[in-house]
Amino acid sequence: GQSGLGKSTMVNTLFKSKVSRKATQPGREERIPKTVQLQSVTHVIEEKGVKMKLTVTDTPGFGDQINNENCWDPIIKYINEQYERYLREEILITRKRKIPDTRVHGCVYFVPPTGHWLRPLDLEFMRRLSKIVNVVPVIAKADTLTLEERAEFKQRIQRDLKAHAISVYPQEDFDEDPDDRALNDRIREENPVHRGGGGKGNGKRVLGRKTKWGIIEVENPMHCEFPMLRDLLIRSHLQDLKDITHNVHYESYRVRRLNES
Amino acid sequence: LPWQSDDLRNLSLSGHVGFDSLPDQLVNKSTSQGFCFNILCVGETGIGKSTLMDTLFNTKFESEPATHNEPGVRLKARSYELQESNVRLKLTIVDTVGFGDQINKDDSYKPIVEYIDAQFEAYLQEELKIKRSLFNYHDTRIHACLYFIAPTGHSLKSLDLVTMKKLDSKVNIIPIIAKADTIAKNELHKFKSKIMSELVSNGVQIYQFPTDEETVAEINATMSVHLPFAVVGSTEEVKIGNKMAKARQYPWGVVQVENENHCDFVKLREMLIRVNMEDLREQTHTRHYELYRRCKLEEMGFKDTDPDSKPFSLQETYEAKRNEFLGELQKKEDEMRQMFVMRVKEKEAELKEAEKDLHEKFDHLKRTHQEEKKKVEDKKKELEEELNNFQKKKAAAQLLQSQAQQAGSQQTKKDKDKKK
Repeated sequence: GQSGLGKSTMVNTLFKSKVSRKATQPGREERIPKTVQLQSVTHVIEEKGVKMKLTVTDTPGFGDQINNENCWDPIIKYINEQYERYLREEILITRKRKIPDTRVHGCVYFVPPTGHWLRPLDLEFMRRLSKIVNVVPVIAKADTLTLEERAEFKQRIQRDLKAHAISVYPQEDFDEDPDDRALNDRIREENPVHRGGGGKGNGKRVLGRKTKWGIIEVENPMHCEFPMLRDLLIRSHLQDLKDITHNVHYESYRVRRLNES
Repeated sequence: LPWQSDDLRNLSLSGHVGFDSLPDQLVNKSTSQGFCFNILCVGETGIGKSTLMDTLFNTKFESEPATHNEPGVRLKARSYELQESNVRLKLTIVDTVGFGDQINKDDSYKPIVEYIDAQFEAYLQEELKIKRSLFNYHDTRIHACLYFIAPTGHSLKSLDLVTMKKLDSKVNIIPIIAKADTIAKNELHKFKSKIMSELVSNGVQIYQFPTDEETVAEINATMSVHLPFAVVGSTEEVKIGNKMAKARQYPWGVVQVENENHCDFVKLREMLIRVNMEDLREQTHTRHYELYRRCKLEEMGFKDTDPDSKPFSLQETYEAKRNEFLGELQKKEDEMRQMFVMRVKEKEAELKEAEKDLHEKFDHLKRTHQEEKKKVEDKKKELEEELNNFQKKKAAAQLLQSQAQQAGSQQTKKDKDKKK
């Protein structure tokens, strides 16, 4: 997503830690790079004995230029490069016991909260990327939309996606559980969080944004759908994201690669 | 790489994120897919393989006992779907029918090795395919091989050593002493030590229960001391005290299968099923299968590094081989086509010759026939002429004769007249 939509803040909120360094230096002057440069940071996090190696890749400069043609190319290149790495390891004669997995399991795409429709850039990006990676579209900074505007925006987005045959995660074909599908058939909205801005609602501290007209609580499902996004990405579908990346996207990359040589 | 920062630092979380549910997500997914486990039972006919399987899995797998007159060893695989709680297991039991029955057992191990290799090969083929579906591939690779040792009380037979040596790099071998109720307790201990020392001195690698993970290290370590497990199998229940238990009833007493003082069946069940089933599957995939794959690919001529150190040489070599094969195929096809065309031409020429011959013959015959006809006509004419001539002559002769007669009669008349 473009700069300023709250990508780093979202990641920090999601993983309740300072994953992305940019957000820890608020005074730094943001330099918009001329080309899209991907930046990856890898951390090890642990919770109740479960260890996870988390890699977050950011795309500063995406969509920031005047002419944004092919700005998705570096991203596609990066994703394919991870598949290539894995493929090379897999076809070795003597291969490692556990092949290091740097493949992208999920791609969160930040849609700016215009309230209208998806922009051509959004459509182009999602069209190309949903073919090679799990794309989860998210309406960023949703606190600028009222609930009705939100609902309408969502519907339009869903119509747009359907009209262009873009299949975002969770893809319909892989949904086995009908209850799951009902739950998943919505785009998540999300609200970035200003850390430390915890206001006192009802006397207890909540994670949220304090404004003059009220406190927007991040974890309150009535205010924003951040909990749904978090549940989708981490609590219920993390394994599924990895499985689909491995069984579907990686396999189709492999087919393409082996067919072209 | 320009876009990667190299720090892998530990991050502390300030609240509950929720990825501790990952193991549960994994479990749910695996449970819904179901598991599969393949056991190979190697042992002489009548040593108790089928009974042990029935006892282990608490069910009756239908199988009639095999005869002893099999000409060679063959492997019979049967699959069953079992369910316990909400866990589904696809169990495949492979039996060696006829093992140890022949007079000459030199080749007895071969069908077993071939079967194991064939399962690896099938998996390798699937893995090498361009369009593959590994995630719902029915894994038929053998995860555990139970080797049934006959309860002689002395030592391993040479057939046992040879067979185990051939199998130890291909499958997880778990040796067990069958029909352990025929050996007395004190003899059993000596027997076990002898077996283990023979295995070690012959370099046979049997399956080691894993001791690196803390949850299972302790139990695995204590169980390993009792290897090889001396088991007794039975599906019949005998009343012991006030319960029914699986046992074998003899006139001199009752051997209880699940009594650890009587035999090691419980230990085997713990180790094989309740503790290490997953490790057995993992070892099969990461060690035995990888070894097979490496050997097979090296055999086919693939290398990881070329002299020019070209990456992706596997793909290129594979392509080259494939093109070579296709080229040969094409060449053979062309050859066959050429031969076919040549043959057709030959046949055609032959036929043309024959046709020409026939025409000639026909012409010749026609000519001859015409000549003959002409001859006949000529002769006919001749004959007619002759006939005419003859008729003329005849007519002339008759005329002459009649004239002569007339003249004669006239003469006689004249003579008569004269006389008068």
